[in-house]
Amino acid sequence: MQARIQLVTILGAAALLLTVLEMVRRRRLTERYALLWLLSAGVLLALAIWSGALASISRAIGVVYPPNALFFIAIGCILLLLLHFSAVVSRLSDQSETLAQRQALLEERLRRHESMNGVLAGDHSADCNASSARAGSGRQPHHQR
Amino acid sequence: MGEGSLYLAVVPAYNESETIVAVIEALREGAPRFDTLVIDDGSTDGTARLASGAGARVLRLPFNVGIGGAVQTGFVYAREHGYDFLAQVDGDGQHDSVELERLIATMEEESVDVVCGSRFMTDDHHYPAPISRRTGIHIFAFLLSRIVGMPVSDPTSGFRLYNRRAIELFARDYPHDYPEVEAVLILHRHRLRMRETPVRMYARGGGTSSISTGKSAYYMVKVLLALFVGLARPRVAAVVEGGELAAVGAEHAV
Repeated sequence: MQARIQLVTILGAAALLLTVLEMVRRRRLTERYALLWLLSAGVLLALAIWSGALASISRAIGVVYPPNALFFIAIGCILLLLLHFSAVVSRLSDQSETLAQRQALLEERLRRHESMNGVLAGDHSADCNASSARAGSGRQPHHQR
Repeated sequence: MGEGSLYLAVVPAYNESETIVAVIEALREGAPRFDTLVIDDGSTDGTARLASGAGARVLRLPFNVGIGGAVQTGFVYAREHGYDFLAQVDGDGQHDSVELERLIATMEEESVDVVCGSRFMTDDHHYPAPISRRTGIHIFAFLLSRIVGMPVSDPTSGFRLYNRRAIELFARDYPHDYPEVEAVLILHRHRLRMRETPVRMYARGGGTSSISTGKSAYYMVKVLLALFVGLARPRVAAVVEGGELAAVGAEHAV
């Protein structure tokens, strides 16, 4: 592999590795999501430095020019990361849906309790609050006046 | 500790229906001064219903957030409700609630911010765990002891007692996976003092550990990353009031 392209790939991979580590340090990126990035950057850096391994990989997959094999592997890493993030986004959107539903239920329950306390004119409102909080499930029969 | 101090026992539970009632009853018997708060981390087996039936307060998380997030919910609750001390007790029956008194005694004697129950400090310890898990624990113990400059024998123990300063720190910043290990590092970096005290631990009463063998390798790597990066991390906004920080820092340096 030519010295210039090797230098460029080494610098690029090293920069990626350092950026990821720095982002983890500053808490811009949690460890959970940094691991795949670190793995990708580490593999790219290792292959950029160790050109012998890259040459044998490129022969094995039938690529004539070894740096292209490195690009091929880099694209593989990117696909893997994207797939991972799609899975993460799916989970997050599920969770935010659940949160929105729970929040709506809570709001309704709170409003109901508030209007109930209003009807009771405040004299036993503290007791009422405590007992409904303890009952917890929200399925107890609604105390109609 | 002072008369009228408020004690909270936080029990993180994820699908612990087999053991949760026994854990709550043991806490009521063995550690009556503690209020019990179960954090149900999105269980699907009725853990929350059983826990509130057994008389515990229950916070139900709407989905599984993981052990770190669940325990941190307890810290936030303790901070909001003005608790002076928080004990973390696993929901699977591994910990003996009678020994909470020993943690409290150690905290008083050593005047530290956190006391951690260690299963490896007694000579005759028998801790039934898979070899992969134990190896992980010992690697973390070795690394952490070097980093914090004092022996830490059981860094993954989830049987801990925290005072108000530690509660406020962790209500702001508590790690995600295998949080106990990184928490020791966070304490050290914020100059909070921790001691270990020997405790007995039992095999799980039922259910399965949240950490399978395959996952523990993944967690190991993640926690190692967190440890090494954590070393270079700035502190979160000072939890400790200015004057006190210097005093504690000096004391700690001894």
